[in-house]
Amino acid sequence: MGVSLVRRPVLLEVSDLALAFGGVTAFAEVGFQVREGEICALIGPNGAGKSSLLNVINGLYRPQRGAVRLGGSSRALRRPQAAAHAGVARTFQNLALFKGMSVLDNVLTGRGRHRRASWLEQALGLGRAPAEERAQREIAEWALDFLHLRPWRDALVGTLPYGLQKRVELARALAAEPRLLLLDEPMAGMNAGEKQELSGYIRDINRERGVTVVLIEHDIQVVMQLADHVVVLDYGRLIADGAPAAVRNDPAVIAAYLGTRH
Amino acid sequence: MTTSVDALTARPLSPRAPAIRPARLVVAVLLALAFGLLPWVGNDYLFNALLIPFLVLALAGLGLNLLTGYAGQLSLGSAAFMAVGAFATYNLQVRLGWPLPLCLFAGGLLAALVSLLFGLPSLRIRGFYLIVSSLAAQFFILWALTRFDWFSHGSASGVISAPPLVLLGQDFGGPLGRYLATLVVVLVLFAFAARLVHGELGRTWMAVRDRETAAAVMGLSVVRAKLLAFALSGFYLGVAGALWAFTYLGTVEPHGFDLSRSFQILFIVILGGLGSLAGSLYGAAFMVLFPLLLSNLAGWLPGDFIAAGQLENLQKMVFGALIILVLIKEPEGLARLATRAWQRLRRT
Amino acid sequence: MAFFLEVLLGGLLAGVMYALVALGFVLIYRASGVFNFAQGAMLLFAALTYVSLVERGLPGWLALLSTLGVMVLLAVAVERTVLRPLVNRSPLVLFMATLGLAYFIEGAAQALWGAQVHGLDLGIEDSPLEVGELLLSTFDLFAAAVAAVLVIGLSLLFDRTRLGISLRAVADDPLAAQAVGIRLPRIWVLVWAVAGCVGLVAGLLWGARLGVQFSLSLIVLKALPVLIIGSFSSVTGAIVGGLLIGASEKLAEVYLGPLIGGGLENWFPYAFALVFLLIRPVGLFGEPTVERV
Repeated sequence: MGVSLVRRPVLLEVSDLALAFGGVTAFAEVGFQVREGEICALIGPNGAGKSSLLNVINGLYRPQRGAVRLGGSSRALRRPQAAAHAGVARTFQNLALFKGMSVLDNVLTGRGRHRRASWLEQALGLGRAPAEERAQREIAEWALDFLHLRPWRDALVGTLPYGLQKRVELARALAAEPRLLLLDEPMAGMNAGEKQELSGYIRDINRERGVTVVLIEHDIQVVMQLADHVVVLDYGRLIADGAPAAVRNDPAVIAAYLGTRH
Repeated sequence: MTTSVDALTARPLSPRAPAIRPARLVVAVLLALAFGLLPWVGNDYLFNALLIPFLVLALAGLGLNLLTGYAGQLSLGSAAFMAVGAFATYNLQVRLGWPLPLCLFAGGLLAALVSLLFGLPSLRIRGFYLIVSSLAAQFFILWALTRFDWFSHGSASGVISAPPLVLLGQDFGGPLGRYLATLVVVLVLFAFAARLVHGELGRTWMAVRDRETAAAVMGLSVVRAKLLAFALSGFYLGVAGALWAFTYLGTVEPHGFDLSRSFQILFIVILGGLGSLAGSLYGAAFMVLFPLLLSNLAGWLPGDFIAAGQLENLQKMVFGALIILVLIKEPEGLARLATRAWQRLRRT
Repeated sequence: MAFFLEVLLGGLLAGVMYALVALGFVLIYRASGVFNFAQGAMLLFAALTYVSLVERGLPGWLALLSTLGVMVLLAVAVERTVLRPLVNRSPLVLFMATLGLAYFIEGAAQALWGAQVHGLDLGIEDSPLEVGELLLSTFDLFAAAVAAVLVIGLSLLFDRTRLGISLRAVADDPLAAQAVGIRLPRIWVLVWAVAGCVGLVAGLLWGARLGVQFSLSLIVLKALPVLIIGSFSSVTGAIVGGLLIGASEKLAEVYLGPLIGGGLENWFPYAFALVFLLIRPVGLFGEPTVERV
């Protein structure tokens, strides 16, 4: 597992990245690489700039300096729609589901980047629209089945318990058939059992579909079990980058978590 | 400030299917009634005072619902786009002599174009501030239609009578004819709208309404969705306006499309149910029946209990109170109330 | 040149009148995040009540006090029946509720006091005052003075008093405000009562100008461009916005009007506000909301 990953090509490359909000630095001099097919965990104390980093990768924020390259190209990630079309999908820390729609409809929106038929073709049922709609539905249903969400297929998303909503968000991201999956604290607010379950899903997505995953996570147990590669941010600086076991024993990381400041 | 459908902080919702889709049976029964029974049973009053305005208002409500209910873009200028449709259809027929259905379609397209123009600001302005664009449209368009008599073909007062309703060589001018013509147009447009909202465009609209940023992250084109919402809404409102003039009133005048008409359409959509096709029907039915109900009620009460002038004030008070009540009790309007009642009936 | 200045000043003073109306909106928006479309109806209701009481023989000061009392009662009623049930709903829902409220109050005002036009005499002559080369309206100057007093008073209220801080807390996050012990219903009644009183002042001034009649409630439509330019939550913004709208409207009427015909004032403020928003989407004094993802 570890050896073969090192020989895989680099999918995501972050170099010398810096982001600031009106004078307040979110992070600076951040650079690391994520290889195809690996699960990379982004960890660090709260406020370290992890979510902001994900937002830059995904095109939501524009960095002050540095570059993010996906598969060698940096043009792809300038805007969120462009990132989506380049094969980046994500979930959000505070759940960004469409509360007024059903589970299936939410997951269907994840297929957005794969649509080719125009709205008129779709409305009139002409041209490539009917076949395309059938194909998209099939994939959406598959994503639902993959995450065992079939019983709630037609339920209104806003009425579901929190844990299920998190899973629906994951299904929506999965339905996009992404190359890179960004997960922002997918297990926040879950108990140990739910975390195991979700870890299992994430591992399945990674192993069976070959999706590269970058996830922000606070639970060290989960990170040790799930991740192939760990990147640690503290106060906007990258302080460690490597295999889980190595990072865990890194004195700088321990200091950051225990709060001893230099 | 962002406006969006209520978040989880609202009272807990019971698990249920999200879309209010009428049973196929109900639709079939209604169609049978509309085409098979009413033309024979109905009298002039039924057509002129009830059915035709109901159909046209439902269409207008649908137009606004597409924009505000599904796509989440607030608009207080509906009546102005109705006016554009009415005047455009009139001018096309009188000046170019095209057959009426074509004029109707082209009039709708022109209204769509104007609506699109006033919808451009939505790409830069978000949430509540967007109201200024539709209000600018409302006031400017009405002013222009009154100010430049070119629009009313030289009529000094700005009021013009609609030309005779001739379709395919047949005169549809009588009450029954106008009813049937309106019914067909409204049905076709409702069917098209149903396909729109249940398909990808409808989903994109609702995504933009609920969480615009997330919609962008999915790769959905927010710009295209918003502009299509304005254009399609404008088309529907334009056709409704033309029908209002041609099949209901018989005259075309700017004053009938003023701000209070825009409010009326908005109330139809709020009362009937935002984001629901059936809601436009319920809202329109209410809007047509309620004033009649109220005046009849006043007629029953002894003597001069409610003076004639007071009726309008009373109507306003009840309207206002009802809006508030609906927003408190059932924010998804009459359509949701009807669905719940229906479900309860089926369970017993 | 003198003519231009005269028109400009006339416009600015008219703008002050708009700003007065806008102030009522700002109050409620700052304290509860609600855009109160019913402000115009409240204005009409206040003016009608005052005028009708005076016509029935009450001395001016008593009529004024009684009307103030009525506005307080109205605030209590609104808080109970509209605000409390809708406490956690979206701004759009609340706005629609105020639409319904506007209709209700308009209907009630006219049901109670009748629909005819009432004259209103505040004892201030609308005589022209000569300032250098310019002719200004005494009435307008009086209105400007009143507005200045109100603005200073309200600014002090918001920035210097404990009450003001509570109001801002409530607008920011009602749940959090409750958590620190702020009593929401009381705050809301207070704010709506004050807004009602501001509405009364504006109603009286406008009523003296135009006569007290139904169209008073349509003044709210003029306040909207003012608020959009000045941003919904700034007292200073309401004044600056009012001045801008008043001045631009008057200037357009006088200089553009002859070119494209009359009735410009119906839509010009909106077009102006729209263009303004396109350049600066959050208004002059607004802060862009950051959407946290």
